[in-house]
Amino acid sequence: MRCRTCGATAVINMRQHKLALCAEHFVAWILHNTTRAIHNYRMIAPGERVLVAVSGGKDSLALWDVLLRLGYHADGLYINLGIDGGRAYSAQSQAKAEAFAARCTAQFPKTRFFVVDLLKQYGESIPQLAARKRRETRPCSLCGLVKRHEMNRMALELGYDVLATGHNLDDEVATLFGNVMRWQTGYLVRQDPVLPADGEGLARKIKPFCRIYERETAAYALLQGIDYIEEECPYAKGATSLQYKETLTQMEHDVPGTKLQFYVKFLQAKAEGLFAATAGLPELQLCTTCGQPTTAEGQCSFCRLWER
Amino acid sequence: MQVTYRGKQFAIEETLTVLQLLKRLKLLPESVLVIRNGQLVTEDHHLLPDDMVKIVSVVSGG
Repeated sequence: MRCRTCGATAVINMRQHKLALCAEHFVAWILHNTTRAIHNYRMIAPGERVLVAVSGGKDSLALWDVLLRLGYHADGLYINLGIDGGRAYSAQSQAKAEAFAARCTAQFPKTRFFVVDLLKQYGESIPQLAARKRRETRPCSLCGLVKRHEMNRMALELGYDVLATGHNLDDEVATLFGNVMRWQTGYLVRQDPVLPADGEGLARKIKPFCRIYERETAAYALLQGIDYIEEECPYAKGATSLQYKETLTQMEHDVPGTKLQFYVKFLQAKAEGLFAATAGLPELQLCTTCGQPTTAEGQCSFCRLWER
Repeated sequence: MQVTYRGKQFAIEETLTVLQLLKRLKLLPESVLVIRNGQLVTEDHHLLPDDMVKIVSVVSGG
């Protein structure tokens, strides 16, 4: 198979785009498509500072790399969740993130890297917190809540304009599929490449890889020599989102472009008002403990987690 | 060829294309990337007996 741009040997064939590319032109294609998403969805204004949430996995490290190469002021944030799973999972992923941060700093000297260690910060790791809350077997929603809170807190405390996450098209489509299966209109209204800042404690959140397949982010990471953690979180085994991904990938295999169409047409339908009349957004108040916006009276869900 | 997938290593004696290898392992090309002797290759690529092949799952999340 040959690169459509230059005729050299292709390293990737993207059936959904009817496009095969060599390493050089694939990297350029990723940079171009990320730029297009940033501009089309108005993710980052000129001069804005971006905090990239990195997990040590392929998507977030690739995103950090892409943003730096595109000339953005992008710094990294890693949250150590204290997950072991018999293989020091958090320690390994932090090591990958730190090694990549060192590489970024060498190449882009103004780049900074921050680490939040949950155990040091709040006295409990995710497994300990999950055990206390009797959610040992499936702590994912609790973990998601903690990560969202801490990412937002750090972005605001450190004065960043934007918080970027490495969610790719497959992540977005699996979420969309799950929300449609349960007709969770509130979640559907909020699912977007950009969640705006509210000026009262919510940082703007962006997903620059929202239209890039995870096979493409993995290929980018491999081609750029990014050493990422390949192993999954020990708690991810059997997760519903992974089952959705498997189903959707089979559909993609049968009809290339299915995922992209599903997502893009959803965003179009939403922009045309599909959910506007049916799902109002809840009123937000400020948490009495941390000051972050919450739909609950008094304390937010995050702060209630640490009450003993 | 020596094939590595999810930390396991096994040998395949035949010459196959990447797509034939993936079919044999019941893997969809959309869910993996294939690295032959350190280079990313497309599904039509022929894999030879001396090749070192690594199959990388691209699915993440939970």
